[in-house]
Amino acid sequence: MDVSQYLEIFIDETKEHLQTLSDQLMILEQEPENMDTINEIFRAAHSLKGMAGTMGYKRMQRLTHDMENVFQEIRSGNMTVKPELVDVLFRGLDALEGYLANILESADEGTEDNEEIINTLNGIADAATGKVKEEPKKPAEEAPKQSGGAKYSNIHLSEYDINTFEKAKEQNENIFGVTVYLQETCILKVARAFLVFKALEELGEVIKSVPDIQDIEDEKFDLDFSLVYFTKEDMEKVKAAIENVSEVREVVIGPFNFEDTSEQKEEAKPESVKESEPKNDTKPAPVKKPAAAQAAAKPAAAKPAAAKKQSKPAVGRTVRVDIEKLDVLMNLVSELIIAKNGLVSINSTDDTKSDAAFNEQIEYLESVTTNLHESVMKVRMVPIESVVSRFPRMIRDLSKKLGKKMELHMTGEETELDRTVIDEIGDPLQHLLRNSADHGLESNDERIALGKEEVGNIYLDAYQDGNNVNIEVRDDGAGINIEKVKNKAIEKGTLTAEQAEHMTDKEIIDLLFRPSFSTAEKITDVSGRGVGLDVVKTKIEGLGGNIECKTALGEGSSFIIRLPLTLAIIQALMVELGPEKYAIPLGSIETIEDVLVSDIKSVQTKEVINLRGTVIPLIRLDQILDIEAGSGDTDILTVVIVKKGDKLAGLVVDNLIGQQEIVIKSIGSYINCSKMIGGATILGDGEIALILEVNALV
Amino acid sequence: MEDINDVHNLDMAGNSKQYIVVCLGAEQYGIDIKYVDNIVRNQRITRVPKAQHYFKGVINLRGEIIPVMSLRLKFGLAPDEFTNATRIIIIKLETQSAIGIIVDEVKEVVTLAGNSIDKATTSDPSDPLVQYLSGVGKHNDGLISLLNISAVIMGREGKDVV
Repeated sequence: MDVSQYLEIFIDETKEHLQTLSDQLMILEQEPENMDTINEIFRAAHSLKGMAGTMGYKRMQRLTHDMENVFQEIRSGNMTVKPELVDVLFRGLDALEGYLANILESADEGTEDNEEIINTLNGIADAATGKVKEEPKKPAEEAPKQSGGAKYSNIHLSEYDINTFEKAKEQNENIFGVTVYLQETCILKVARAFLVFKALEELGEVIKSVPDIQDIEDEKFDLDFSLVYFTKEDMEKVKAAIENVSEVREVVIGPFNFEDTSEQKEEAKPESVKESEPKNDTKPAPVKKPAAAQAAAKPAAAKPAAAKKQSKPAVGRTVRVDIEKLDVLMNLVSELIIAKNGLVSINSTDDTKSDAAFNEQIEYLESVTTNLHESVMKVRMVPIESVVSRFPRMIRDLSKKLGKKMELHMTGEETELDRTVIDEIGDPLQHLLRNSADHGLESNDERIALGKEEVGNIYLDAYQDGNNVNIEVRDDGAGINIEKVKNKAIEKGTLTAEQAEHMTDKEIIDLLFRPSFSTAEKITDVSGRGVGLDVVKTKIEGLGGNIECKTALGEGSSFIIRLPLTLAIIQALMVELGPEKYAIPLGSIETIEDVLVSDIKSVQTKEVINLRGTVIPLIRLDQILDIEAGSGDTDILTVVIVKKGDKLAGLVVDNLIGQQEIVIKSIGSYINCSKMIGGATILGDGEIALILEVNALV
Repeated sequence: MEDINDVHNLDMAGNSKQYIVVCLGAEQYGIDIKYVDNIVRNQRITRVPKAQHYFKGVINLRGEIIPVMSLRLKFGLAPDEFTNATRIIIIKLETQSAIGIIVDEVKEVVTLAGNSIDKATTSDPSDPLVQYLSGVGKHNDGLISLLNISAVIMGREGKDVV
């Protein structure tokens, strides 16, 4: 069977299941008794096994099969979860990720059998359950507390189903109607239903269910569901199989009489298993079904479904879209915005044309394009969860490797960022977390000696702040020893002792972001190779963001990453410099000030201004951008105050044009353009304006 | 630019290749037509600060931002004088994004057979121009210096390598 077309789906779903496994294993390690977790893991392993089998990945199937087995034993209470087991399971998870990586690359799972993991798994399972295995299963508890009735008799059948039924009858299969009631305390109803279906499918065939399987999977049902079932087994056996599933309150089963249901008669009375004998009426049913009866039956079946829908919010409907298609869409929206800007500029330059109706339409167009842009942007937004969800596992491993007890606390996983940013942000965050775990946190003994709680804490917080998203990686460890950094810098020749004297703590910390600067005294497997924060910084700045570090000796340090919400379209302030036009992203602008030339002071040959008590360096844009001097000297300068982190600077411009929505375009790689230019944009009249990269200027 | 339209009717068989002939001052240069995406009239060029000296800036070609290089400055000739005949040739190498080069004039499209192309003269290896040439073509008694367009664009001198 050619399954290549399903490969993408397989990969996506496998990723999801692996993530579930990882998350749940983490929980399991903390709460070995948690039945929900165990069930969740069982389910994920089971789905993985099924999917891998379908795709023909035998090795992957085998490994998941054995993991599933182990959980089967745990579920049935034959063994308990021990730390060794969790370790092996984690290794199994890594092995599965290995398979997935191979599949991603070559559509083949590779040849690693992971024999050792499988053997260890089976060893643990056998050791724990060897004796217990032979014990007879507890007889299923009978005596239903309250009969909920055999709702299955309401199941409506189509003509096609009835035909199937007749065939089954001819083959002497039993047809049962089954209604399963779950316990009210049941949390994972879907999982229970799934297990019921699985148990039934081992013995026979489920023909129809109410609500249908899709709805059951989406948890669109209350506490019961009904189904029609073919089997060669007898009723007791089927009932026992279902009751074996935990949290099933009651099973009502009886022979299913399709003639009755098609006419919606009350004859198919609720039959509790004990008293009801299969009515062995094997005579083939006549296919007669008045259309009217069918129509009447429909509402009856639909009603409970509708009622159920109200009780449970419908699960969001989604569709997977190739990111390239979104990029195309985004580009088109950008073009539209450029065209709209064109109209606006024609309108504002040519007074004769500007009548009210035209203006109105332009305003309408403007609001439409803005909404369209926002919608497209939202489509591209992905919760940061998809990146950070792997970190708890990483910290767990680091904790074992480094022999330090530590805990990761995450908040704001639901914060959304542009897909392109999400793809790139993983590595820098991982790096910062490793840093915190390795260098930031002290060893447990040191912590106790310092009077801190033994377990180190690492925090990962994400939150939106205006047009930015901030991600903060924080630890309550030792903090950065500024003296140590200073000495290291002098030792390395980065600074002279004299320079170091005059530097502020903040400037010293910034040294950490320089290439090849690591203060870790020994190089460990985890970090300290000297390629580090500078790479993080480059990456973040490449995404249009910035990073800042705050630290307090003995209390911990925190790295704050600021990222723009969107990359492609931004609000910008257009300014004139001589004959040229430039765009300054609005996100980085603090204020705009008029400054008297006489107020400019000089500090260490640099021009600064004193703005309401803050000393701000001035940047003469015309000089650094080699622009021919503007219109002579004036007494008053227009200064745009920009910020990078908490650093401010004043950009001197000739003229302000106004605020505009601009589409960022790349200049391409041919021009060795300086870092000060972050890209270009096309203005309404077709002219190009370059975008100033404030991060590089300040 | 009727010449360019005729191109498609010409025989593409054999070793022959088609070149767009452009002028820089008195000299004729040939550009392999398969790299030419478009030829546009001189446009408003936006200067990019701190770029290599031979990049005049960027232009807006139907919503795309395309860097524009002066062939004259790259070859160390006198700076361009923009006239009515000045054209920007948009070049597209297979995997690269588009780039424009400014020429004084576009003359015609010629088809050169393999045997009418000589190797670039190496009499003066110090001449920086030699590295940008793939050969010299003979056409109607005139000589056409055939440009090695990827060398021109990517630059072979260490400092120009992008």
